[in-house]
Amino acid sequence: MSRSYLPHWIHWLGSPPNFYRFAGALRPWLMAIALISAVVGLYGGLVLAPPDYQQGDAYRIIFIHVPSAWMSLFIYATMAVAGLVALVWRVKLAEVIAMECAPIGAAFTLVTLVTGSLWGKPMWGTWWTWDARLTSELVLLFLYLGVIGLYNAFEDHRRGARAASLLALVGIVNLPIVHYSVQWWNTLHQGTTVNFLDPARSSIAPSMLWPLLVMALATHLYFFASLLGRARTSLLSLESGKQWVRALVGGQPASTTGAPT
Amino acid sequence: MASTAQSILGGASVVTATERAGTFAACRALLRRDFVLAWRRRGELFLPLLYAVIVAALFPFALGPEPELLARIAGGVLLVIVVLAMLPALESMFRADLEDGTLEQWLLAPQPLALLALTRVIAHWLTTVLPLIVVMPLLGALLNLPVKVLPVLIVALLLATPLLALLGSVLSALAAGARRSGILLALMLLPLAVPVVIFAAGAVAAAQSGMPFIAPLMWLSAALVLAIVLAPLACAAALRIAVES
Amino acid sequence: MATFPAPAAPLLSAHRLAFSRNDEPVFGPLDFSLGSGETVLVEGDNGSGKTTLLRVLAGMLPPGEGEIRFDGRPASRDSRSGRVLWLGHRPGMNESLSARENLGFLAGLYGTRAGVTPVSAMERVGIAGWIDEPLRTLSAGQKKRVSLARLLLLPGEVWLLDEPYANLDRHGIDLVNALIAEHCARGGAALVTSHGAVRFADPNARHIHLVA
Repeated sequence: MSRSYLPHWIHWLGSPPNFYRFAGALRPWLMAIALISAVVGLYGGLVLAPPDYQQGDAYRIIFIHVPSAWMSLFIYATMAVAGLVALVWRVKLAEVIAMECAPIGAAFTLVTLVTGSLWGKPMWGTWWTWDARLTSELVLLFLYLGVIGLYNAFEDHRRGARAASLLALVGIVNLPIVHYSVQWWNTLHQGTTVNFLDPARSSIAPSMLWPLLVMALATHLYFFASLLGRARTSLLSLESGKQWVRALVGGQPASTTGAPT
Repeated sequence: MASTAQSILGGASVVTATERAGTFAACRALLRRDFVLAWRRRGELFLPLLYAVIVAALFPFALGPEPELLARIAGGVLLVIVVLAMLPALESMFRADLEDGTLEQWLLAPQPLALLALTRVIAHWLTTVLPLIVVMPLLGALLNLPVKVLPVLIVALLLATPLLALLGSVLSALAAGARRSGILLALMLLPLAVPVVIFAAGAVAAAQSGMPFIAPLMWLSAALVLAIVLAPLACAAALRIAVES
Repeated sequence: MATFPAPAAPLLSAHRLAFSRNDEPVFGPLDFSLGSGETVLVEGDNGSGKTTLLRVLAGMLPPGEGEIRFDGRPASRDSRSGRVLWLGHRPGMNESLSARENLGFLAGLYGTRAGVTPVSAMERVGIAGWIDEPLRTLSAGQKKRVSLARLLLLPGEVWLLDEPYANLDRHGIDLVNALIAEHCARGGAALVTSHGAVRFADPNARHIHLVA
């Protein structure tokens, strides 16, 4: 089936051996920049930024909590988009990417919940409360776990990936709920402070804003690097009978297509 | 030439000389089939009721028979009991039809698969959940539920349980295609049921303390309307994946 | 002078149809067409992809390559619905219901062919005495006959029959062949799979051989 409306390079990238090599080349760079950005951002946040006039130094957990929260939502959206491609066009690489997003997203969601809980104790006096934002973020964690669980319940990986992608799409209604929960309901959680469309109008001090944005960059790059690594491993095991995998392992010259010999 | 005409006419006669199935008639046929099957297994339908009664009766034993304590928690406890009692039936909503090939016949029927899925959910709700709601006054009495709260509880259940059944139908269709799913459906459904339970319990709690309770019920109604439109479509997509093996 | 209209498009046609599972080819590329009144017999050993071919034609699996057309229109839910009848490995009916109830339900979904009722269909296939027994009390051969009654009762020009002779005795096999012959005489078409040396009544049937 010709896909002449797609750029040629997307078509090229969709072939597993090509993606494997491309991802392998790109991953170390992404990881390196991610680590450097993380060091810079944490230094800016933990050392350079002044203490908050209300919370003192306890607020500094924001530099882990907020980027993790942003990632928990971004990764879910990525998973849903990849899942949609997998469902509609049955592209194998999209299935792999969607399924490998889930564990990373679950990890970031867990970090969000734990760091939020650690922050909540000094700030609100409680480890947990069932307000709108916390509850919807917890539901997000369970959605990730549900996707992982459903995928692993199938013996046929491709069907399992499509079923889990459908589940991810059904759960996407949770994303706006998490984001707008602080606007729609009276919650214990503080309201929106960072305005993405016009950062100058954010209600957070610039000296605190820039480390936050650097940490956001670091977590995004870490996610991409981690996703590329996981997708490569998954492709190796799913395509293990293929000629290109055997050539990789055995050191023989590989063909450029993914076709079996 | 004559044979061509004959084959055209012959083909036409196969098509026109039939009684086409109307959509309404098809849904009635599916409802009738599900009701007959439920009636044949009517002994099994008592199990969720029995379960609900036993669990409701356990609470006074576990917490002590203090009337005020029971009255405070009765609304929430009854909601949770209903949600848990719905789970076993949701698991098997599509499994039997997948295994005996009935779903394959659904796939090729002239009716939209989403419509058949919606009809199945309606039949499921009427046969497995409605009895639970009917028994609510009895369960409320066991837990010392204030009588003025009972109507609100029933309305909340009438909104929340179809919503959960629709959500559960999508998840049940997804899990039906998996060979070993075990407790998967419960693990997938319960977190999604949390917001529904929060709103339903919120309405009951508001009614119990004399505050306005209409807002959570409105939210539930809105979610229910959205689910009636969207869930059958997702369910049909999931059923197509399940039949593929 | 009346002119005859152009010949109708074949009921079912496949062009370069192929299917792979896990990138292993299962069958194809195949080219064939099924016109009104024609039968095609798909032969091959176990594992040669006969069932997969039928499931692809029925729309339960997407084709890997190639295209399928019904009445000249590309295969889709619309072009298939109401025109295809499927007889697969699974019975397609519920064991706790009787034959009458099962057929009545399917008739409600699909409609019925004019002049055929569930009872008349069941009499034709020879299970008139078992109409109201739950299906689980019937033997495998009798259950197969109930499935055949389904073919008689429901409308559909294209029959996709996967191993229709399984579980049937000599009379059952003759019944299947008779039903197919009548269906084709009415202008329908049938695509049948079989792995054994079964007497297939139509000497004009075309054969497709699949190799495992």
